[in-house]
Amino acid sequence: MTRFDLNDDSVVVIVGSGAGGGTLANELTQKGVKVVLLEAGKRQSSAAFVNDEWASFGQLAWLDKRTTSGSWQVAKDFPNLPAWVCKTVGGTTTHWAGASLRFQEHEFRARSTYGGVQGANLLDWPLTLAEMEPFYARAESKMGVTRTNGIPGLPGNNNFKVMYAGAQKLGYKECHTGRMAINSRPRDGRTSCLQLGFCFQGCKSGAKWSTLYTEIPKAEATGKLDLRTESHVLSIEHNGAGKVTGVVYADAGGAHQLQKARVVAVAGNSIETPRLLLNSSSSTFPDGLANSSGMVGRNYMRHMTGSVYAIFEKPVHMYRGTTMAGIVMDEARFEPKRGFAGGYEMETISLGLPFFAAFLKPGAWGTDFTHFMDNYTRIAGMWLVGEDMPRDTNRVTLSADVKDQYGLPVPNVHYDDHPNDVAMRGHAFRQGERLYQAVGATKTMRTPPYPSTHNLGTCRMSDDPKLGVVNKHGQTHDIANLFVSDGSQFTTSAAENPTMTIVTLAIRQSEYIAEAMSKQEV
Amino acid sequence: MLQGTGVLMGTLAASSVLANLAPSRAWALPLHALSQAEGETILQFGRVLYPHKTLPTAVYALLVKDLDAEAARDASVATLLREGSASLDAASGGKFTSASSAKRLAAVKHIEGTPYFSKVRSTCITSLYNNEMAFAHFGYEGPSWPKGGYLHRGFDDLTWLPKPPASASPPAG
Repeated sequence: MTRFDLNDDSVVVIVGSGAGGGTLANELTQKGVKVVLLEAGKRQSSAAFVNDEWASFGQLAWLDKRTTSGSWQVAKDFPNLPAWVCKTVGGTTTHWAGASLRFQEHEFRARSTYGGVQGANLLDWPLTLAEMEPFYARAESKMGVTRTNGIPGLPGNNNFKVMYAGAQKLGYKECHTGRMAINSRPRDGRTSCLQLGFCFQGCKSGAKWSTLYTEIPKAEATGKLDLRTESHVLSIEHNGAGKVTGVVYADAGGAHQLQKARVVAVAGNSIETPRLLLNSSSSTFPDGLANSSGMVGRNYMRHMTGSVYAIFEKPVHMYRGTTMAGIVMDEARFEPKRGFAGGYEMETISLGLPFFAAFLKPGAWGTDFTHFMDNYTRIAGMWLVGEDMPRDTNRVTLSADVKDQYGLPVPNVHYDDHPNDVAMRGHAFRQGERLYQAVGATKTMRTPPYPSTHNLGTCRMSDDPKLGVVNKHGQTHDIANLFVSDGSQFTTSAAENPTMTIVTLAIRQSEYIAEAMSKQEV
Repeated sequence: MLQGTGVLMGTLAASSVLANLAPSRAWALPLHALSQAEGETILQFGRVLYPHKTLPTAVYALLVKDLDAEAARDASVATLLREGSASLDAASGGKFTSASSAKRLAAVKHIEGTPYFSKVRSTCITSLYNNEMAFAHFGYEGPSWPKGGYLHRGFDDLTWLPKPPASASPPAG
C-alpha cells in the first residue's frame, strides 16, 4: 500500500473518489503522477454490498446533515436530504444506475440554441461536442458502455417490455435497452449482468462500472496512489502568492491532518465541492476560494425529474433485473413547440417494496396509496430526467446556524423550479401516462422528484472568469493549481444522465494537469 | 420510568402466505413502554392510515413494536404516543378502537398534521413495508443475490405484451 508523506508537496491531492475523482486518480497515476486520494467514506466491496434498500442506504448514502430551502418539492418531502449521493469509496458510482449517454451537440450551446430564457442563467459551454468526442470514446471504452465498442445491449426485463410496447403505440422511434455501463458480456475482468436488480444498492456482481473496483484498484496497482478513507476534507490551504498548498482533513479518528500538495482537485459532488471552497475562505479570499466571479455555489442544477408508475392487470415484477433497463430518447430533442426549452429522457426505474413505499408519494396515506402497494407486482415504472434551467438563485450556501460533526457550517441547498422545468415535467408526466395507458394501465401515479442524484453546476465552466468558476479544463480561473473535477463544472445540465460526461471531463482534465505539471505551469 | 403493561396477541390465518414464515401461527408482542390500550389504538391507527384488507394484523403489530421500542428509549416519544392516542379517543368521541370505521377515519383526519400523526405515519412506512412478512404478502422477492439474480428466474418472463425485437432488446450473452 503506497503512502506519501504529509509534507510531500509534490503530490496531487484529489478530494472525492467517485466518477470524477476516482477517474482522475487513475488517469494521473497511469501517467506516473503521485496522487493522494481523500475519501470521506469507508471502503466497501461487492461482497459487502447488501440487497436491502434501507440497510444499503445506511451503508452508502451521504447522511451528514444538510438543510434545504426554496419551493422545490424535495425541500418539503426530504428537508434534510436534498440529495441521494454516496459517502463511500467509489462515491455515487456505487449507487448510479449506469446510463451512459453522450450529450447532444446543441446542449453544449444551450444559450445560443435556446436563446435568452427569462429567469434562467443560460450559457454556452466553452467546449463543443467535437472537442469532447475523442474523450467520450475513451470513457465509453473504459466503462464498457453497451451499444458502443461492439458491446451488445443488455437484454430487456419485464419493465422494459412494458415501456417498449407503450413506446411503439405512441410512435416513438428510439426505444431500446440503453447505453449502459453494465457488462452485457464479461469484460475488463468483470462478470456480465445477472439481472439482480439492486443497481442502486451497489452491484454485487461487479457488472456495473464503479470506480470502486475499476479505476481505483488500477490506480493502486501503479504504486502511485495513496487512498485514504474516512478522510473528510475540511479546508483547502493557500499561500501568500494565492496558490493552494494543501488540504486539512479530519482522519478516521477525528484528528486534523494537513496534507501538502502541488495541485488540488476537488470532486466532492456539487454540494460538497462548493461547500469546501466556501468553507476555505481566508483574508485573501473572503468569499471563498476561486470565487471572484461570485459563482461558487450558484446555478445549482438537479435535472427536471419525476416518475410515472402504472398498474396493469397482469404481472410485471418491475424489480427483477436492471433498474434502468431501457430508454425512450425521442423527447430528448430540442423542440420548443412543446412549450419548453431542452429535452428529457424516459428511463425505466424500479424500487423494491421498502423504497416504493417511501418514495411513491411521500407523506401520502389512505386507499389511493395502498391501492398501489397492493398491486406492487403489477406495476411498471419510468423515471423522467431532463435539462433544468440554471439560475443564479438556485444555490448551495453555508448555513448560518447549523454545524456538522466537525463544527463547520452545513450546506443549505436552495432550489426553485423554473417555469421551463415545470412545463417540461408536465409534458413528461403526460407522455409517461399516455405510454402506459396505451398498453392497458388501469391507474397511473405521478411521483414527485426523489432527492437529487444528479447534482450539477455549482462551479460552472466558462471561458469568461466573470461568468464561471473554472475554464474548459476544470481549472479555476483564480488559482492555477486548483481544479474542480466533478459535475460542479457543468455549464448547463443537458438532458442526459451526467456520470459519463463527468468521467469524460476527468480523462480530458488529466491530460491537461499532467502536461501543466511537466511544463512546470502548476 | 414508564411501565408498559400490555401484550398484543394474535393468530395468523392458516391460509396466509405468511404462516410459513413464522415459527408459530400464534404471535404475541409484549409492550415495554405503552399500555395495551395504547398499543391497540396505534395498531388500529395504522390500519386506517394504510388499509390493506388482507394484510395480517401481525404486520401492523410491527408498527406498535417499533414505536414501543422507541418510546422505551425516549420518554418524549412515550409522551407523544400516550397523548396522541388519547387525542384519537377524544376525536372519535369515545374509544377510537371501538368506533365505527367512518368515525375512525374522521378522527384520523381530525389529527392529520399533528406531531403524533406524523410520527405514526412515517413509522408505518418502514414498519409495515420493510419486513419479510410484507415482502411475502405484496409479492416482493427481496434479496436476489443469494439466488443468483433473476437472469434465469424470470427477469423477462412477461408474456402478455409482444416481445421486443433483438435490435431493441438483444438476447443475454
